[in-house]
Amino acid sequence: MTETERQQRMNTEELIEETAGAAAATSALPPDEPQVAGGETRSQWRDVWRQFRSHRGAMVALVLFVGVLLFVSVGPWLWTIDPGYVDIRARNTGFTAAHPLGTDQLGRDMLARLMAGGRVSIAVGLTAMLIAIFLGSTIGVLSGYFRRLDAPLMRLTELFLALPLLPLLLLMVTLFREPLSQSFGPAMGIFLLIVSAIGATSWMQSARIVRGDVLGLKEREFILAAKSIGTPPRRMILRHVLPNVLSPIMVAATLGIATAIITESALSFLGLGFPPDFPTWGRLLFDAVDQMALYPSRVILPGVFISLTVLCVNYIGDGLRDAMDPRIRGR
Amino acid sequence: MSIKTLKTGLLTGAATAVALAAAPAFAERGTDGELKLLLWQAPSTLNVYLSTGVKEMLASSLILEPLATFAPDGEIVPRLAADIPTVENGGISEDLTSITWTLKDGITWSDGTPLTAEDVKFTADYCMNDEGGCAQAAKFEGVTSVEVVDPLTVRISFDSPRPYPYSAFIGAQAPILQKAQFENCTGAKAATCTDENFGPIGTGPFRATGFKTNDVVTLEANPEYREADKPAFANVTLKGGGDSTSAARAVLETGEYDYAWNIQLAPDVLEGMLAAGKGKLEVDFGSTVEHILLNMSDPSPELPEGERSTLKHPHPILSDLKVRQALSMAIDRQLLNEIGYGETGEATCNMVPNPEIYASDNDDCLTQDIEGANALLEEAGWTLGGDGVREKDGRKLKLLFQTSVNAVRQDFQALIKQWWSEIGVETELKTVDASVYFGSDPGSPDTIVKFYADVEMYTDVYDGTDPGSFLAERSCEAIPSPENQWQGENNARYCDEEYEALIAEMAQTSGIEARAELAKKMNLMITRDSMTHLPLIARGRVSVSSNRLGGVHMNPWDSEFWNVADWHRAEE
Amino acid sequence: MLNFTIRRVLLAIPTLLFISLVIFLLLEASPGDPLGDVPLTVPPEVKEKMREALGLGRPWFIRYVLWLKQFFWVEPLYWTDQLLGTYFSDGMQRVISFQSRSPVFDVIAQRVPQTLTVVGMSYIVGVMIAIPIGILSAYKQYSWFDQIGTFVSMVGFSMPTFFTGVVLIIIFGVKLQWFPSVYDTTHEVQDWDSFLVQVRQMIMPVTVLALYNAAQISRFMRASMLDNLGQDYVRTARAKGLGERKVVLKHVLRNSLIPVVTVIALGLPTVFGGAIITEQVFKVNGLGQLLISSIHANDIPMVLTLTFIFAILIVTFTLIADILYGVLDPRIRYD
Repeated sequence: MTETERQQRMNTEELIEETAGAAAATSALPPDEPQVAGGETRSQWRDVWRQFRSHRGAMVALVLFVGVLLFVSVGPWLWTIDPGYVDIRARNTGFTAAHPLGTDQLGRDMLARLMAGGRVSIAVGLTAMLIAIFLGSTIGVLSGYFRRLDAPLMRLTELFLALPLLPLLLLMVTLFREPLSQSFGPAMGIFLLIVSAIGATSWMQSARIVRGDVLGLKEREFILAAKSIGTPPRRMILRHVLPNVLSPIMVAATLGIATAIITESALSFLGLGFPPDFPTWGRLLFDAVDQMALYPSRVILPGVFISLTVLCVNYIGDGLRDAMDPRIRGR
Repeated sequence: MSIKTLKTGLLTGAATAVALAAAPAFAERGTDGELKLLLWQAPSTLNVYLSTGVKEMLASSLILEPLATFAPDGEIVPRLAADIPTVENGGISEDLTSITWTLKDGITWSDGTPLTAEDVKFTADYCMNDEGGCAQAAKFEGVTSVEVVDPLTVRISFDSPRPYPYSAFIGAQAPILQKAQFENCTGAKAATCTDENFGPIGTGPFRATGFKTNDVVTLEANPEYREADKPAFANVTLKGGGDSTSAARAVLETGEYDYAWNIQLAPDVLEGMLAAGKGKLEVDFGSTVEHILLNMSDPSPELPEGERSTLKHPHPILSDLKVRQALSMAIDRQLLNEIGYGETGEATCNMVPNPEIYASDNDDCLTQDIEGANALLEEAGWTLGGDGVREKDGRKLKLLFQTSVNAVRQDFQALIKQWWSEIGVETELKTVDASVYFGSDPGSPDTIVKFYADVEMYTDVYDGTDPGSFLAERSCEAIPSPENQWQGENNARYCDEEYEALIAEMAQTSGIEARAELAKKMNLMITRDSMTHLPLIARGRVSVSSNRLGGVHMNPWDSEFWNVADWHRAEE
Repeated sequence: MLNFTIRRVLLAIPTLLFISLVIFLLLEASPGDPLGDVPLTVPPEVKEKMREALGLGRPWFIRYVLWLKQFFWVEPLYWTDQLLGTYFSDGMQRVISFQSRSPVFDVIAQRVPQTLTVVGMSYIVGVMIAIPIGILSAYKQYSWFDQIGTFVSMVGFSMPTFFTGVVLIIIFGVKLQWFPSVYDTTHEVQDWDSFLVQVRQMIMPVTVLALYNAAQISRFMRASMLDNLGQDYVRTARAKGLGERKVVLKHVLRNSLIPVVTVIALGLPTVFGGAIITEQVFKVNGLGQLLISSIHANDIPMVLTLTFIFAILIVTFTLIADILYGVLDPRIRYD
């Protein structure tokens, strides 16, 4: 049975149950407020969750993603070796009881490093992605929807697209590294710097895509209809426009996480990222590329974690989009 | 990353001397086909006077030649000159203010015209022109005039007595240009002569046939080369780009190239590649030293801008000699070498490790002594706090340690941080992009000269074999500060009157033995006695060559291609 | 539409001038030093003289105006001279690179061929793979084909090219020895054999880049197709008895192309920008390598010129994308 068929069957079953129940309980009169008919049993988010649950890929991804999150957050409480501890006698060991995933060229424990690295990478990936998506969709919707804002916002986008990234980042680091690390501590300061740098330089593509979609959407019948009954712009955007451009935003978000994790490693490579004693997945991967032929596990492990995270987010995004799409949900 | 890590240097190359002896000499010019060289940093021009990079020097050394070269053992040997001038043979005047060179007879440029003393004089004028921005101007420092005595003789005069006058026209950085070709390219016009800069006419074994800047150089055997049977190769391709790992791979694993320059790889990775059996390592040691500097001034960000890292505020922690000694004792230099360099480096306690005659007999620092370091810190009044970090008068023993982005340096940082944590020192690590770190932009806070950190690590080298000017850079007046726009080489901010006196004495002393004696003394003052400079590793110059290439003889003091005319195709 | 285009082209001129000023100021302000590569052995006085020879002694606005003059006046004159054999530009200073001291445009012209062949080809290959995959995955959502496509493209996208490139070199360059690991930029295609050599040296870099591009574009294609497949007009079209092929390829595809056109239009200028990492891994030495090495060397005229050309392309292609929106969806109007 395909996924769609399964959903349809579930929907029908539930619909039958509900209507049957409702028919028995209520009188022939229609409910006072049709919108909240059915009360708690039929709230929008419950529906979304029910739909999401039926998406097998998304559920597996959600479980795995929670697993990865637990690995990086709870893991260090259980596996207490310091990721920066250099045990020079144990360098380059394979998979042993003392070091389940081996050690690196200085004898640092790979398991501990993957946990510590994941914490940074996931935090950077998610935060930077959220910043970029928020900026991108805001600018995209505004410039697509309001004709007056279109030209200035799009010229701004072009400016950002044209700026050479590297000098920009160098400048940001020089100006803000010291003040930020003084007010927030070295790690938090750099974290803020990096996520805002990545976020501020990667929103342009989603802005252009969202704008393109909004331009087309704006002329569609249901928008015209909503407009003609006097829906204010705020409500228009949040209720009618945004949900309809959700799918490109979701794709941009998934791709954005991968890009942010990789960009972070490129930043460390340029001396602009975290201090060198902070492992991150991107950096673990980068550092191990030279040793790939000798110690393949050192590239494979961080590589698998990065891919796994991105894949999970992708499937969760797919599931969410399906679940939030009223057309699919209603079917 | 560390373009500046390898400069010229010098020392004996016992390991590679064997390879040279085995070279057969029966070849004819141009019979061995194509020589493929790989420089992972590509040359941007073929005129060394417009660039200070090693890559440009290497590429142009295939074409242009100086009067004399440094041999692998550090000795100066004649190239275009007939012999080496000395006081004994009358080539250097009694008062040490002039040196007279005689050219070999019958040398022609690759266009067939003869080489004359006019060309030598022209080259000096070309580089000493104030508007030209000559990158090798330091080689001509103190030269007042260059006169043509006769078509084959030229005299260089200095403004003051020169105990060591071998600088101008010595080594691949200061070769002779052809006057006829560059006559219209002097001064401000130097930069606009693209055709000349990309295709200089030379006297060397090859001549350029094509040049793509920062990409590839193609050359062919020079038909006018003075030795009729050389070079053995008809063509040379010198490709640039990529990184050190892939360059080594192209020679050692895929065998696509014959020779790759400046290989910086972890010892085990290099070993894995050598195991393929297609090539070998070429190593020799010069003056390159990876070292740590301890800041003698206070870099605290709380100080007003303009007073940070200046002598106005001595360093609150590192001003104490005992702390500096403890920091040095906690480092296991042998282990650092084993992890970062293997065969391509040697643990050292000297800033001047080579040539042998200049190297102090000093290996106290080679054994790690954590207990001793702990005892020293206790003695200095630093007591262990609850979190394992030492304290004194409410101040924590916490240091900021900066270096450039480089895999080996980051490994070193991690190791040293660990050792220092064992003696109760907390270390914060910082890395800076090499182009910023080694730059001299007075606006950037992250340069080695500003030194807004407590500890920094990089590699220092000097030109030629004589360490005189290198040691003189540690004088009080060479301390970078806002007053001199942060120009100066004494980054550790070391300042000692006794040392100043020795610098003055060195400037007056001639004769290798006497200079070596002084150099050793000065070296010990900045390292063992003051502990402001902590040398770690004497780094070799490292390249790899294919087994199908013969005649390579690594030279740490001059261009690696110094004897490229003798290179030939070898049977595997 | 024509009015719109003309207005946009006119508006592009001040926009581009402003962008060039911002880029120039950014390069000025960012730390780094054109003489950062100069060895520590060179004394400060010599460095100061070299700095002056590069023209760095003058204030920034003079240097900016000088660059504008060189870019918009001297260079076009020079190129007309080259074409017509005239001598308008004699004695005028062209834009000169700090690094190599050669005219910036000559170097760029040298680099364009290899970048266009390698990066351009990989883009074409990427788009040609991505669009069919995107359509099929959406049409057969959650089929095996879709699952595998999703998996491969997400893994492909999350693996950086510095990793995939080296993996390919180790497998096909070192172990199997099928393809060369170093790209030869001096190679000229003259006959069938030399064409084959060219193809062999292009395969690995093109594969790496195409995988990355295809991953991205196919995701957008799939998402957009999915959105449209659920629309009422599709049901209507099917209901009135249109063939399935026609419904999907004519109606749905056309309506789904807007985000894909955006992605491709933003991607094409980056072809010119080159692929920094891939070019480095395979030593292609195209525009990407030129840009990164110039940035590292703080070669301001080179970086400024390259990024400015890049900006022109971005402005042009976003304009083209805007026009294409109107063609794809006639309801979109700008006037």
